[in-house]
Amino acid sequence: MTASGHAMHDAIVIGGGLVGAAIAYGLQRQGLSTVMLDEGDVAHRASRGNFGLVWVQSKGLGAPHYQHWTHASARAWPQLAADLLAGTGIDVGLHQPGGLHFCFSDDEMAQRDALMGQLRREAGNAGYEYRMIPAAELRDMVPGLGPQVVGASWTPYDGHASPLHLLRALHAAFQDGGGLYRPNARVTAIKAAPRDFAVAIGSETVRAPRLVLASGLGNADLAPLVGLSAPLRPERGQILVTERTRQVLALPTHVVRQTEEGSLLLGDSKEDMGFDTLTQTPAIMRAIARKAVQTFPWIAELNIVRAWAALRVMSPDGKPIYDQSERYPGATIANCHSGVTLAGAHAGLLAPMIATGALAPDLSPFSARRFDVQKAA
Amino acid sequence: MITDLAIVGAGPAGMAAAIEAAALGLSVTVLDEQPAPGGQVFRAVEAAASDPALAGEFLDAGGALAKAFRAAKGIAYRPRTTLWHLDPDAGLLSVTSSGATAEIEARRVVLATGAQERPVPIPGWTLPGVMSAGAAQILLKTAGAVPEGAVVIAGQGPLCWLLAVQLLRAGVERLTLLETGSGGALRDALRAGGLWTGRKLLAKGVALMRETRARGLKVVRNVRDLRAEGDGRVSTVRWRQGTRDHALACDTLLLHEGVIPSTHITRALGLDHDWDERQLCWRPRLDEWGATSHPNVAVAGDGGGIGGWEAAAAGGRLAAIDAAHRLGRLDAAARDGRAAGVRKAQRAALALRPFLDRLYRPGPGILTPADDTIVCRCEEITAGQIRGAARRGAAGPNQVKAFLRAGMGPCQGRMCGTVVAGLIAETRGATMEQVGALRPRAPFKPMTVGELANARPEAMPELTA
Amino acid sequence: MFRRRPEARPAQGGRLVEVFVAGKPVQVPEGASAAAAVLLSGAPAIRTTPVGGAPRLPYCMIGICFDCLAEIDGVANRQSCLVPVAPGMRIEPQVGARAARIEDAA
Repeated sequence: MTASGHAMHDAIVIGGGLVGAAIAYGLQRQGLSTVMLDEGDVAHRASRGNFGLVWVQSKGLGAPHYQHWTHASARAWPQLAADLLAGTGIDVGLHQPGGLHFCFSDDEMAQRDALMGQLRREAGNAGYEYRMIPAAELRDMVPGLGPQVVGASWTPYDGHASPLHLLRALHAAFQDGGGLYRPNARVTAIKAAPRDFAVAIGSETVRAPRLVLASGLGNADLAPLVGLSAPLRPERGQILVTERTRQVLALPTHVVRQTEEGSLLLGDSKEDMGFDTLTQTPAIMRAIARKAVQTFPWIAELNIVRAWAALRVMSPDGKPIYDQSERYPGATIANCHSGVTLAGAHAGLLAPMIATGALAPDLSPFSARRFDVQKAA
Repeated sequence: MITDLAIVGAGPAGMAAAIEAAALGLSVTVLDEQPAPGGQVFRAVEAAASDPALAGEFLDAGGALAKAFRAAKGIAYRPRTTLWHLDPDAGLLSVTSSGATAEIEARRVVLATGAQERPVPIPGWTLPGVMSAGAAQILLKTAGAVPEGAVVIAGQGPLCWLLAVQLLRAGVERLTLLETGSGGALRDALRAGGLWTGRKLLAKGVALMRETRARGLKVVRNVRDLRAEGDGRVSTVRWRQGTRDHALACDTLLLHEGVIPSTHITRALGLDHDWDERQLCWRPRLDEWGATSHPNVAVAGDGGGIGGWEAAAAGGRLAAIDAAHRLGRLDAAARDGRAAGVRKAQRAALALRPFLDRLYRPGPGILTPADDTIVCRCEEITAGQIRGAARRGAAGPNQVKAFLRAGMGPCQGRMCGTVVAGLIAETRGATMEQVGALRPRAPFKPMTVGELANARPEAMPELTA
Repeated sequence: MFRRRPEARPAQGGRLVEVFVAGKPVQVPEGASAAAAVLLSGAPAIRTTPVGGAPRLPYCMIGICFDCLAEIDGVANRQSCLVPVAPGMRIEPQVGARAARIEDAA
């Protein structure tokens, strides 16, 4: 103990966004006394710019481990939502009715079919169900489809939830479970030793045998302090939000979804890459609006009341990074741009692994070492 | 076509800036949300020319300024045009007008977007029949309309007295002014000085008060803890005075606690702002010419700090003179020479501000209403909910917005943003600077998806005065 | 509610415009806003909120509070304080959240 005081915990999670909060919540549920360190009000906050899809459909082409992980998260989601509702009274608005990815030409339909078929082959025994739905049938599933839509791919695994309610519920459940939340706690230094981490917040220090780096882009700077690496870059993503509208769209889609409150969110997903790389320029906003109107012409008369621009956390191949430090056992890093989709896995699967001290072998392909291999090749 | 100077807003600052800039040979584009020049202070001044209730400064000074603005050569005036995005680096203004969108390129931008009334979150302020005092004045200016039945103006500030006079002149018979604020404010205000330099303005205020007395206005002072009550519409206003509770039947309740700069766009642009502890509002950081922290953008008028229309007009002229200098049309000596007289006028117009700011400093509860008060009118979020989120660790209004949706409705936080921050500051024992402000984003005003999707500059009809 | 002052408005050369607020004809001075028409009509509310269904009337009249949202000539959620009246204009209350108008029901 020093004069400034060392607070001792079982685990420290750096980052209070969707990734950090899901892991912190999961650790606290494992019975670990956990402290979650968060920044202030205007931190980069990728969590606030999330589209809210729980999306399996086209994640992990050529990367079966990613497909499995995403799928496992989607399966873990109902339990997460139920636990959060029971514990906090907050309904995070999970619906998993399956989701649609629209195609605008016969060529696109054929390419999409080929891609989905490949994903099915790569799924192996885990299974992967999908259908290509022609426009005529699609018109019975969603209202007022534009004439240029020729069809869509559909999987039963997809769904959506409110990212903001999820974040609030995770924070509430974490704190109700005894977790310590520390806002305005920007990390100024980390002193690492095997199973002993001292994290400084200005003059104050918190200590624990487990440390989880879940600070999004901030991980790039923090990872080297604990013998890890996180080659991340920011990508600006943009979403348009309409006024509240009476419920009209029962299924989430890759370009439009309707929230529980009635707002329609408009974006342009690039699937594996999350949303398109954008800056908030009129031209890009226009492109999103055009895509939405092309898909659903009736959206044209709705008012846009908000736009989000948030920095997304991208690794070089767009896939998550989960890694444990070899030099400093007890340190784990978690990075992804799918904080909603993967919340089920983070809270229900990853946190227990961190609690016991070892990531499962099937997560090893997510190690950032894969980028060293690429560099060497 | 690149315009030298784009001016957003056609109130006193915008009009004066346009007239000055055009006189200096700059090409000028003025866009304004309203159908006619005047801003809010001189709203509909041309149409109201024959209304005796509005006689005086409004018609005289406002009418003259609007007339000069209309007559000036070299001003492209676009009324009913809304700015929804501004790229200050590129000097690109994206606007909507009558369902069409357009882009305007400008070498320099003056934001003359003025002020808004400070939101007055009291219990019951969302009831029909409760509105801002300024709103009632707009109805008088634009439609010659006045409230019927028992009318109560509650709050403080010069507008309360001006509106009282105008309503009485317009035939409102049952009018009461409930003046908030404390008895000690006047003593404090007198210490601020400026009374001699600002004597013209002061005389105006004294004359207003005298006229209300002559017309029989009922005034109640030292009012606090205001509440509006009613079933589906306000029917009673309640308040405390000293240790006693009071109530009054009321058909229309008009609230006013002064005006604050509209900082929606300046904050969306990420410009530097300072918290004004005396007036409890944010204001963009400006130099003596109105230049902001962005090299291409200036702010003129009440949007940079409340000073009233004369100071706003002077600020507009200074911003225009500075623009001419920056664009190479005036050397420094010529700029300073031309500015000297304007600065003198500005100083005279601002002389009384310290006195007024102290006299009418809003009560401390204005940013920390009682728990049962709705703060976010759009999403119906109460002060109690916001305090709860702050206790949970929400450190600022952007986090509260994410957690509770306060500030997420169509007004984009214009009504609740500062109060949300005030509640967080109170709950967490932080300063307003630490808590910070909402970060608005484009579109600055709602626009339809179709307007955005079909945005084609050539589809924009030419609109001229 | 509000009343007109015929002695003051319309100004010389101006005129009254007839509009319909929830079906009721109202005479409004030219140049005034649809929100002014609503207040002159005596309508108890111009909208009910999408969250709690509470009645509202215009609050600020300068385009910032969004409590004057109305359906004007069939277009939902318009800021009625920013829309000048026009002869025959139909102003209907905005009841809760708007609906999307989906014409293609095929």
